[in-house]
Parts: sequence; C-alpha cells; structure tokens
Amino acid sequence: MIEFLRRFFSTAPPSASAAKERLRFVLMTDHLALSPEIVEAMKRDLVDVISRHVEVDREKIEVTFERQDRAVALLANIPILSVHRPQPPGPPAAPPTRPRRKRSRRRASGAPPAEPAAAT
Amino acid sequence: MHLLSANNDPAEEKARRATTGEITKLGRAIVVTSGKGGVGKTTTTANLGTALAQRGARVALIDADIGLRNLDILLGLENRVTHHLLDVLDESVTLDDALVPDKHSENLYLLAAAQSREKEDVDTEKMCALVATLRERFDYVLIDSPAGIERGFKNAVAGAQEAIVVCTPEVSAVRDVDRVVGLLGNRFRPQLIINRLRPQLVQKGKMLSVEDVDAILRLPLLGVIADEPQIIVTTNRGEPLALRRDGATANAYHAIAARVAGENVAMPTVELKKQNFLERLLRGGRA
Repeated sequence: MIEFLRRFFSTAPPSASAAKERLRFVLMTDHLALSPEIVEAMKRDLVDVISRHVEVDREKIEVTFERQDRAVALLANIPILSVHRPQPPGPPAAPPTRPRRKRSRRRASGAPPAEPAAAT
Repeated sequence: MHLLSANNDPAEEKARRATTGEITKLGRAIVVTSGKGGVGKTTTTANLGTALAQRGARVALIDADIGLRNLDILLGLENRVTHHLLDVLDESVTLDDALVPDKHSENLYLLAAAQSREKEDVDTEKMCALVATLRERFDYVLIDSPAGIERGFKNAVAGAQEAIVVCTPEVSAVRDVDRVVGLLGNRFRPQLIINRLRPQLVQKGKMLSVEDVDAILRLPLLGVIADEPQIIVTTNRGEPLALRRDGATANAYHAIAARVAGENVAMPTVELKKQNFLERLLRGGRA
C-alpha cells in the first residue's frame, strides 16, 4: 500500500537523468578505453587505501567520471562510517548500530556520523 | 616591382579564379550515418534529398545499404529500379541507366542498392570514383550509410567529404553516434540531426532532451525532428513528408535543407502541443 502511494506521488528522479548519467559514464569509459573491470579494480584499490585510515561504507561508494572541457576527472564519493583507532581487536563493547560487516567494525568513541568524502 | 606585377597579372588571376571556380562547382558528397540501426537514416536521407531538390538543387541519393535496399521504398520508386549501385561499379551498365529519376521532385535521382549482393562486394576505390563523378553532375550527393561500423559503413563514408549523423534521444543511439563520430574524425565535420524526439516525454523527464544530447555529443546541430505519426503514413505511401510545405515536421526538414545549403535559418523549436483534459478525453475517444 505504502509502495503504491509512493509510486503514485513519485519523487523518484526522472529516468532521463538516469539515462544522462549512464551515458556520461559509458562514454567516459569508451573514450578512456577503460574497461569496467579496470574501473572496478581502481575503485577497490581506492577503498583499500582509504580503509587503512577510516572505515568506509563499501556498499555506497560511487565512482564517476566527469568531462571538464577536454579533460576527464575521476570523482569518488566514499561515505565514511567511522574512524579507525589503533586498538587490538577485542570483544565489541556494544552491538554495532548497523549490523553490516560485523567483523571489521570497531567502535570509535565520538566518531563523526557517516559523511561523504569527495576525492577528485 | 617585377614580382608585384607578376602577382597581379590579370591572366594569371583569371586562371586561378577559373580553377577555384571549378572546385566550388563540384557538388558536396554527404554521408548520412548513425552507427545504430533504426534511428531514421534512410527517412532522413529521403526527406533531406527531397527538401534540397525542392529548393532547386540537383541531388543524387545513393543507397549504400547493400543487401537491405530501402531508400527506393521511401521514395516510392521500387517499381522503377532496374539497375543498381553494383551494376555501375561493375561497369555492366552506365551511370545514366542506373540513376532513377524521382517521381515527385525534379532534379532528384536515386542510385539504388543491390538487393541480392553483399556489402563486401563493393570496391572502395571504385565507390570513391563514382561519388567523384556524381559530384561533377550534382550539387549534392547524399549517401545513405548502412548501420554498423564495418565494411559497408566504410564504403559509404569513403567518397564523402561531410557527414550528417542521425541520433534518437536514447542512451544506445547516443553512444553509437559518439563512436561513429570518433571513427569519422574531424575531416567530415559531422553535424547532428536529433530524430524522433517526443516533447511530451522530455517535459516529463522521461526522455533525453535536445540539450542533454547536445551537451554530451557537442556537435553542430542541424535540426530536430519530432516523433511524428505522419512519417509512418508517408513511408506507407512512398511520399516523403518533405514534399509538403505545411506542418511542423515538414518545415523542420526544409529548415535542415536550408541550413545544409548554408543559410542561417533559426532553429525551429519542437512545439509541445498542450492538450487540456477535455481534449485528451476527446482524442482518446476518437483514437
């Protein structure tokens, strides 16, 4: 029912913008001759590096390309979940607020709320 | 002083003008292409050719889609085609025997594709020579390219100096046009026609807009053709829409022809026909 109402009063972005975004991405990879696998690998490596310092939300990472005049920019939007503290892994003091990727989750006291980091 | 007088020699100047004059007298060979199939290359070629001929230009249309001949159908000339492009290239008939005069427009001729042959049968050099011959006799030589980027496309492009790319506002069509433009390179100065635009859908954000396609492809825009039911009717009858002088879509083709001819015509906007609730109801009832 709620789904029905939501669809009725849809606030979802129109499909033309989805088309535009997909085109932009696909043309970038076409022009750079970058295969989706390479983009995936780049994304993985980027996340691995950043994960050494902060915990990131791997599910919500967005890597896009943007044409800026003649050059191409890589834009990564990587939401940070918490800041790593150098402490040995022990029994968790409290259950994590979001039960995802339990093993690597560490509680950081006073960690800032998830906030997107943009790297260009 | 001697050098100066040599440069201003009237005889020499006359000779130079004669040669450049001869060059400008050669017609323009324009390939109509898209990469993706089914976006309206052939419809565009038929209508642009008709519109140019209606302006008084001498126009030759070449159907380079060997094996999938269709331009004759759109022009209503299917019963008049006796010889085709490959007959001319093989020198089994003369060019004049193979050129089919159009029913409706004076100065418009069709060189049909071979239906029972393959794209690989075309010799690229001979194709270039043929286009060059046609340029001597016609103001415009429009070459309707087959879909794809293989041999057939390369042969269609070989003799041309300019390119018109046809694109529908769809992700796949835009991507293919981008690829084709990359293959063509700058030499052809590709210009864009956006075909089958549905203003209603654009307004609702359900279709890429002219601005969207423009921003992505960044090509000089020749014109925009709306997705018009009338096109289907004209195709059924074999009478290109550009034979008419009324209606937004027919006018859009004439504006494109004028722009191709070098006139600085304002870009007509694709009008959104607003219907109120009652009109929609009535229309729905009648349809």
